[in-house]
Amino acid sequence: MFQILNEDGKIVNEEDVPDLSDEQLKELMRRMVYTRVLDQRSIALNRQGRLGFYAPTAGQEASQLGSQFALEQEDFLLPGYRDVPQLIWQGLPLYQAFLFSRGHFHGNQMPEGVHAVSPQIIIGAQYVQAAGVALGMKKRGKKNVAVTYTGDGGTSQGDFYEGINFAGAYKAPAIFFVQNNRFAISVPVEKQTNAKTLAQKAVAAGIEGIQVDGMDVLAVYAATKHARERAINGEGPMLIETLTYRYGPHTMAGDDPTRYRTEDLDNEWEKKDPLVRYRKYLESKNLWSEEEENKVIDQAKEEIKQAIKQADQYPKQKVTDLMANMYEELPYNLQEQMEEYKEKESK
Amino acid sequence: MAQMTMIQAITDALRTELKNDENVLVFGEDVGKNGGVFRATEGLQAEFGEERVFDTPLAESGIGGLAIGLGLQGFRPVPEIQFFGFIYEVMDSISGQMARMRYRSGGVHHSPITVRAPFGGGVHTPELHADSLEGLVAQQPGLKVVIPSTPYDAKGLLIASIRDNDPVIFLEHMKLYRSFRGEVPEEEYTIELGKADVKREGTDVTLIAYGAMVHACLKAADELAENGINAEVIDLRTVSPLDIETIIESVKKTNRVVVVQEAQRQAGVAANVVAEIQERAILHLEAPVLRVTAPDTVYAFSEAEEVWLPNHKDIVEKVNSVMNF
Ligand SMILES: Cc1ncc(C[n+]2csc(CCOP(=O)(O)OP(=O)(O)O)c2C)c(N)n1
Repeated sequence: MFQILNEDGKIVNEEDVPDLSDEQLKELMRRMVYTRVLDQRSIALNRQGRLGFYAPTAGQEASQLGSQFALEQEDFLLPGYRDVPQLIWQGLPLYQAFLFSRGHFHGNQMPEGVHAVSPQIIIGAQYVQAAGVALGMKKRGKKNVAVTYTGDGGTSQGDFYEGINFAGAYKAPAIFFVQNNRFAISVPVEKQTNAKTLAQKAVAAGIEGIQVDGMDVLAVYAATKHARERAINGEGPMLIETLTYRYGPHTMAGDDPTRYRTEDLDNEWEKKDPLVRYRKYLESKNLWSEEEENKVIDQAKEEIKQAIKQADQYPKQKVTDLMANMYEELPYNLQEQMEEYKEKESK
Repeated sequence: MAQMTMIQAITDALRTELKNDENVLVFGEDVGKNGGVFRATEGLQAEFGEERVFDTPLAESGIGGLAIGLGLQGFRPVPEIQFFGFIYEVMDSISGQMARMRYRSGGVHHSPITVRAPFGGGVHTPELHADSLEGLVAQQPGLKVVIPSTPYDAKGLLIASIRDNDPVIFLEHMKLYRSFRGEVPEEEYTIELGKADVKREGTDVTLIAYGAMVHACLKAADELAENGINAEVIDLRTVSPLDIETIIESVKKTNRVVVVQEAQRQAGVAANVVAEIQERAILHLEAPVLRVTAPDTVYAFSEAEEVWLPNHKDIVEKVNSVMNF
């Protein structure tokens, strides 16, 4: 397992420490803290009925944000349903992320300059599509990568194998992330597969694979940076397994983790917390303080408050909006139904 | 008699058949320890062990293929597809393989499989969780497609499905899982597949539906009764193959029909029902057969869901137009 920072925030792998400025190092922390607050607030908002679908992210910040931090703006992101933070840091406005949660199509409309599709609900679908985006980039002569994520459970889907195999066959510049948070809803990874690691699945596709400490933001960043360089140099795709953990339930729709997870396991993983470990590291370099952290927390809370307000004010999605989005031009049936539903909606 | 929700009736049916026949196997994503994301398989692994009730890796096509193979070894697989919206992932196993096993082996092999899946709207699920895709499977010869609307029917139909030697797609409307209780006998019983049920007798118009829309029809019928219109409500229960006899008998009696489905207008079962009626009973009709359906868009997850889903008011409106034709 590739690691740079251990659980005490000490460097254990001097030669792979990424070359980041103090400002960049702090920015990584800022993003992780912000995202933890966003997760807590999203859970609360969900409980109040002010959000729709929500998949908790606490525990996975290093994996999600360390990888995203290594990307360029022109890289193309194909996230899974839990990967909203990466999209936000690539530039999706927060209020749109909230609209996505509510099932409003405006939440799926990427603003100009954000090269991404909205989070995929069908597990594995994004993997094959990433191979296509990457091949397209190669054909266009772009120096960019397609980046996609799935979970440990997602590696069982046929699409996972097809995606890595296709990208390998075309030497397409794709980076495939497996965020191994140990559970696919209730099923532990040991019951998901008999493979010792998920990274080793790369071997069958003839591509590079690496297992990374997913609670170590520097390691995830360094591995992604490396994969990115290889890919744009024409050396082909890479599969990166990050060993991580989700503290919360699978989603907010009635999952009860106490049915399948023990408190011991939770405690074991909380000891590896990516924020705690990285905070220790930054503090040892005099780059972080409680004061600084509180500033980030306050700012996050304020921005979240504003964003939810903005989402509330955005016009509600109507059935006629859906109709307008189905085809470039309305066929006869939708033309008729458009009139009918306009009337229904005006009541 | 016990009062059960539909989900309890389903668990009860699974338990009954696991007890009755050691060849019955229940499997799928999260069905074991977790008891299914809706708890339909709650307690079954504890009772029957991991050999009989087990979690699978996360791959619907794998689940479908596994079921076919187990069927070839004489088991009676009852796989669960976690949400019917994921049916596309296993479509080849279902339509391309299970449905054709008897035909292509000349009757030597069959697929005694019951694929269970929750579907249906109104419970605010994300994309591709609520879609009514029964039309896709109903269109495939070789499959039986069963959709219960009450706890009583759910138990009897599920036991019959598991005992059936042909592949059955058994669809459970999520909104009906816990919305009400009904009387369900504790002992085992079956309800014949392919038989519709007249849920309410009437003389003026026939409402044909299945799943959650049966309840919308019953509500509409109550409202219509206040205005002196006596509606008959037929619950198809099996949407493929159709119970033509019950349908045509009712048409001959009422001479007016509205077919109701939650699926989009261009999708599914209603169009076939209308076609069968006009081929077999056109001279008994006093008005065109009309449909109440969702509009032809993708499922309106979340905000617009309530307007998108057909309801009893839409049914009343359509009935009024066939009455006044
Ligand atoms: C094709 C498909 N099958 C099933 C589901 C339902 N489902 C959603 S998430 C999930 C578990 C995913 O586990 P994993 O890939 O490990 O990701 P994690 O949620 O742990 O991040 C399942 C079974 C789905 N969304 N799509």
